[in-house]
Amino acid sequence: MLDARRNALIQVRDLKMYFPIHSGLLRRHTGDVKAVDGVSFDIMEGETLGLVGESGCGKSTVGRAMLRLYEPTAGNVIINGVDVATLGAGALRKARPQMQMVFQDPQASLNPRMTLADIIGEPLNEHTDWDNAKRLARIHELMDAVGLNRRFANRFPHEFSGGQRQRIGIARALALKPKFIVCDEPIAALDVSIQAQVVNLLEDLQDQFGLTYLFISHDLSMVRHIADRVAVMYLGRIAELSPRDDLYARPLHPYAEALLSAVPEPDPTLARRKSRIILKGDVPSPANPPKGCNFCTRCPRVFDRCLTDKPALQEVEPGRFVACHLYSNTQTAGPTRGTEAKEHNQQGVSQ
Amino acid sequence: MADGAAPVLDVRGLKTVFRTRGGEVHAVNSVSFHLNPGELLGVVGESGSGKSVTMMSLIGLLPSPPAEVREGEVLLSGRDILKISADELRDLRGAKVGFVFQDPMTSLNPVFTVGNQIMEPLIRHMGMSKSQAERRAAELLALVGIPDAAKRLKAYPHQFSGGMRQRVMIAIALACDPDVLIADEPTTALDVTIQAQIIELVKELRRKLGMAIVWITHDLGVIAGIADRVMVMYAGQVVEQAPVAELFANPRHPYTRALLKTIPSLTGERESRLQVIEGQPPIMSGAPTACPFRARCAHAFDRCGTENPQRRALDRRPVGYGHDVACHWDAPAMVGGAHA
Repeated sequence: MLDARRNALIQVRDLKMYFPIHSGLLRRHTGDVKAVDGVSFDIMEGETLGLVGESGCGKSTVGRAMLRLYEPTAGNVIINGVDVATLGAGALRKARPQMQMVFQDPQASLNPRMTLADIIGEPLNEHTDWDNAKRLARIHELMDAVGLNRRFANRFPHEFSGGQRQRIGIARALALKPKFIVCDEPIAALDVSIQAQVVNLLEDLQDQFGLTYLFISHDLSMVRHIADRVAVMYLGRIAELSPRDDLYARPLHPYAEALLSAVPEPDPTLARRKSRIILKGDVPSPANPPKGCNFCTRCPRVFDRCLTDKPALQEVEPGRFVACHLYSNTQTAGPTRGTEAKEHNQQGVSQ
Repeated sequence: MADGAAPVLDVRGLKTVFRTRGGEVHAVNSVSFHLNPGELLGVVGESGSGKSVTMMSLIGLLPSPPAEVREGEVLLSGRDILKISADELRDLRGAKVGFVFQDPMTSLNPVFTVGNQIMEPLIRHMGMSKSQAERRAAELLALVGIPDAAKRLKAYPHQFSGGMRQRVMIAIALACDPDVLIADEPTTALDVTIQAQIIELVKELRRKLGMAIVWITHDLGVIAGIADRVMVMYAGQVVEQAPVAELFANPRHPYTRALLKTIPSLTGERESRLQVIEGQPPIMSGAPTACPFRARCAHAFDRCGTENPQRRALDRRPVGYGHDVACHWDAPAMVGGAHA
């Protein structure tokens, strides 16, 4: 639907992740936090899709729901031909090796009581019946791949710095030779000089093993470096999905434009010349999103229709998808909508 | 800004040591800097570089033990505040020096209303009555751009978003009209669009109130947009100091150069590969006898291993007033700036 090109490794269709709100004496279900509210995108094989947005926009939830770390409320997540969103427990477990995750906080995601070899080897214990020698050989191989000295295999996470810990997390994610890795803010907890090391490592590993990444980050300049295409999320929905260079050169969605203009530029002359779009106010609560476009409360270019209709994500230029009424008149909208509806029928997704 | 005027804050040879079970950690090593009236000094460095500890120790906010301010002078409007009593220091904090911390949620008290917390310094330092303080608090909240300020005074911190909490923190810091505002990573915990709001607010407040600001951050992008002068710290020392345009156009310390190259740009040419600074910052156990950056430096030579470089001026102005660098290597001038 979203991309005319073939061999999409990942197809996400209308993914929804609602967290129920229980309140009152009887803890009745009184509403939902719509963390992810109908997100669709493809990721090509070997591609890096950047997923950016502010905190609370649902970008991490997308990553977690895709890997079934959360049970998605609705939607399909087709990874390598299998819809993991609907798999049963046994089949899901079999599917897990092909999809892995690198977490944000390397301190919190590594068990402090396990040695490095145990941590990296744990996925192997769970999913293979290898003997010790073979297992250790694989652990060493992984440590080499991420640039950790083999001598460290019996040390504990606290003996390592943040950057090294993130390497451990990456080695663990690679253990089962996955096809697809969700990198959930893998560099957010690291210092600038260490961030570049980890990003370079992720890129090298991608080349070496042909990995496909979903790179979740709020760091727009780092996403520009690593991603091939970028999806900008706002309040549980994708505002714009465009090839990297197009997005950074000329963002189409007003939110993408404001977000990019808010990034401080490390160049004093540029920074002083640049005119910033300062958004007013804060992101509304995902428990009670606006009736129309989710961005209508802060959008500098809001008009009547935005307050009543939710704009659909549609292709407004080749390869560029925008969910905004400003672009509704461009008539690529019709056919895209048509195919979308048809696909929903085929896949039986309830609207 | 006013370069001829006497500095409001003048720090000379500040040395702070943490005594731990594993031995002493020299967190701040002979740091000297000054702050002119109305100036915004950016302090840049990675975590552990000593930028926060420097600021905390000069106003006596570090717990002692383990921390000990071992040497140095801190002249606030000409008066050495390291030599005054704890009581006198308490009168200065909040009144003459305002602080904005990184995480607005943990630095506001969750059980008191926002109004209460803004009124506290007004009553404590300015001797205002409760009703006076309340009126002033509402003015301050309005000043930092919170709509419907008078009503909002009765709200609790949890009812505010992250950006609004940081605005409240700024209102508290500004309550007593301080000479110096120290902002320790004030936007790090915020989203970019909210960060942009706060930066605009600080710029506007500077125009209106004209206080001098020390802005600590690890984000060179933020510094480029707001600072007049920049001080780069590494391993508890000042490695380079220059006016902002000069620093970005012509960085002379290998660390500053590397730091500027590791951040990918949003607009310029997209690098196919990021430049990295290999290795990690050192842990400063013991007083430094060599350049702390030598293990990661591409230009290190014999002398770097035997002698810790002193700051030296690169132009005719004295150290701290023009462009200075603490490096033995004589860096050739960059042609066309750091991003060329």
